Order: sequence, then structure tokens, then C-alpha cells
Amino acid sequence: MPRERTFRTEAIVLRRSDFGESDRLLTLFSKEFGKIRAVAKGARKPQSRKTGHVELFMCSRFLLAEGRDLHIVTQAELVEAYAPLRADLVRVTYAAYACELLDRFTTENDRHSDMYDLLSQALGWFAGESDLLLAARVYELRLLNMAGYRPQLHECLHCREPIQEQDQFFSVALGGLLCPNCQAADARALPLTAVAVKVLRYLQTRPWEVVKKLQLKRPLQHELENVLHHYLLYLLERDLKSVDFLHRLRREANLFAGVWQNLG
Amino acid sequence: MAQNVLPRTVQRLIDTFARLPGIGPKSASRLTFYLLRDKDNLALDLAAALQEMKANTRLCPVCFNITEEEPCLICRDEGRDATLLCVVEEPLDVVAIERSRAYNGRYHVLHGAISPVEGIGPEDLKVAELVRRVQQGNFREIILATNPTLEGESTSLYLQRRLMHEKVKITRLARGLPVGGDLEYTDEITLSRALEGRQEL
Ligand SMILES: [Zn+2]
Ligand SMILES: [Zn+2]
Repeated sequence: MPRERTFRTEAIVLRRSDFGESDRLLTLFSKEFGKIRAVAKGARKPQSRKTGHVELFMCSRFLLAEGRDLHIVTQAELVEAYAPLRADLVRVTYAAYACELLDRFTTENDRHSDMYDLLSQALGWFAGESDLLLAARVYELRLLNMAGYRPQLHECLHCREPIQEQDQFFSVALGGLLCPNCQAADARALPLTAVAVKVLRYLQTRPWEVVKKLQLKRPLQHELENVLHHYLLYLLERDLKSVDFLHRLRREANLFAGVWQNLG
Repeated sequence: MAQNVLPRTVQRLIDTFARLPGIGPKSASRLTFYLLRDKDNLALDLAAALQEMKANTRLCPVCFNITEEEPCLICRDEGRDATLLCVVEEPLDVVAIERSRAYNGRYHVLHGAISPVEGIGPEDLKVAELVRRVQQGNFREIILATNPTLEGESTSLYLQRRLMHEKVKITRLARGLPVGGDLEYTDEITLSRALEGRQEL
């Protein structure tokens, strides 16, 4: 029998499902190899040595045995658990969102170390920062940029004139702004206030340490969320489960007043 | 590709087996051919058992565990402490906790867990039924015995908030169950320790 080939990589657990008797099938986003799938044998048994290291949204160092379809986890050693995520339903929802988005924008075995770094940074934000909406917007803009869908916010996508400081329109189909004169170029373009345009540009270019000092009012937060969600859903051509879940949580928050904070 | 060489009925059984969790196409074929060759009427026994199970079991209208009687044997057992309520994800978790012999109260089976990843919310589970039961019942303690997984923790966090205005003590199984494991696979000793060491939330 040929000797089993093994390789090491650091990876974040994007998804997992039950597999076989007591195994878990993991979708990992690895720093070196992009998205890969691997089986963690016995990982549903609490006494397995892998169990505490292969849970969702954990970052671990893996030793994997190469397989034809699926790799096999031979060892897993926890690097970062992002523990505060697991103690807050809103934070965990944002973490799920970050992973779902990245999962949808990538294909298997496609190396993206920039996205890996972004995801691990974003999980840190969702675990620790107070303004989760702002963190989500920054994450979305960075990911769009890396995936090749950076929204055009500086010139009109129809007349190519520079954008003036006034209310504009955002075309998800064209991937950026249309000036008021050209809004008819896309009948479904969304109105976007001048201040939202300004904030989006700011988020697009400044580092998180600078951006996080912004204190945005709720209506503006929702305007930014709305335009970016529309754009993302247009690109992905399908709803995101975590976004649906977030909306359900918000409806509940209205029912049980004051139960959830930092929900938006 | 050697396609359609199998009779349609055989292929149908293979396909049906393959829809079961944990069974791939290879195991499905193996099981099918085992049943095909078997001389001890195993296939007919299996068919009868399946039919009987589907015809005679339902969910208990009180605790939502699977049962043949309404209410179930646990709900009608006067020897059990009716002021203790243990909330679990699945019927198999009831089996695991019963096996530990460390618990003598009632149960509530949610039939799943909240999952932001899969988009499973409280309205997909027996949560409203739980809240109503707690509001109407005389419980002194609600034990949240969901799995120590991300979904189990999310469910526990959610229930804690939903029940926080009820005048009842809410506890969670002790830590020490490693993150990511399933209750169903926890050995009796660990599980009984986790029950004994449960902490108020
Ligand atoms: Zn224009
Ligand atoms: Zn019952």
C-alpha cells in the first residue's frame, strides 16, 4: 500500500455536518489551500481528542491525511476559539454571516490567503467589538474587493463623470453609483444619500482601527446594510441563511422588548 | 458507466437507504444486497417493524418525546419530580440522560436546536410550547441540557432570555463537557457529573 500523504495547515471551520456514526464532515477555510473538506472521525464523541478543536468558527492547526475526495483530520490543535462569540446569540449570528459569505464567494481548493486573514480578523471583531453593524459593513466591503466586486463609488457608471456631493443611486447590476442624471440607466437602482456614499468610501479605504471610531446613527447604519445586502444577494443569486436568521432575531427583539442588544 | 443493470425495485431500495443520515451509496448497496440474499425473513421483519413504528408512535402532547401512549410514560409517572424540567434537543438525549440515572424529573424535547448557520429559528422548534408549559406549570427549576455545541449554546442562550421573566430557577449542565460534542455520545459518568454540577444562569 502506498504511504499516506499528510499535510499541515491552519484553518477556520466554516461549516460542519454529521457524518457516519459519530464523525463530522468539516468545511475548512485554510490559509494555504483555500476551502477544503475533511472528515474528523469520532468528533461527536466528547471523549475524542479532536472534539474541542473542530467546532464551528474555531481556528485550529490541522494535520490532514490526503484523500481522493475528502481529507481525514489526523490531528487538530486549537489556535483561537473566539470564545465570546459563543456566549452571545447576536455575535454568533454575525460570525455565521461572515463564514457564509466567504463560503459562497469561494470554490474548493482555491487559495485566498488574503481572505483567510480577513476572516480571522473579522471573527475577532465579531467576538470583541461593540459596533457589529459597522464591523459587518467593513467586512463586506473588504470581501467584495478581494472577490473582484469592489463597488465603484467615485464615478458614475453611465456618464463616467465624477460623483458630486449629493444624493446618488446605487445599481447592484452595474456594481456602483449612478448619478441623478443617469439613474434611468438602471430602473432598479437604489437611492443612496450623500452621507452614505461618503461613509462607504471611508470604510472602503481606512483601516479598522480608524473606522471603528465612527458613531453612526441607526437610520444610516440601516441604509448601508440595505444597499450592501442588496448588492451581495444580487451577486450570490440566493438568500443567505444567516441574514434571514438576523431578520428573525430582529422581529423577536420587537416582540420581547429589550431582550437583545447590539442587534441593529 | 454500468447504468440500469439493476432491477428498478432494487435500485429504489438502494436510493431510499442512501437518504438515511450516515449512509452513503456504498453502504446502501451493501444493505440492500444483504436483505436480498437473506433467508431469515429479515426484510419482511424490517418492513413490519417500520410500519408498526410509523403507525403506533407519535409525539407526546406534553413533552414532545416520541411515545406510543398519550401522555408518555415519563409524563404520567407519579414517582418523578414534576417540579424539575430538563430541556433537550432530541429524543435520543432523553435516552442518554435516563441511562445516567442521575435525573428523576420531567423532560421537554425541542426537536432540534437554534442555528444561525442553518437558519433554524425558535419558531422551527418546540419553543413556544416550552414557554407555555413553564408559564402554566409549577416548575422550580428548568435545566437547559442542550448539546455543548455552537447550536446547543445558542439555544440555551435564547431560552435563558425568553424565560428570564418567569419565576423559576434556570440552570445549565456543568462545563466539562467538551465544546463540540454531542450529549448522545457522552458516557453515563460524565453526564451524571454534568447534571449534578449544573449551574444557575
Ligand atoms: Zn451619470
Ligand atoms: Zn411526555
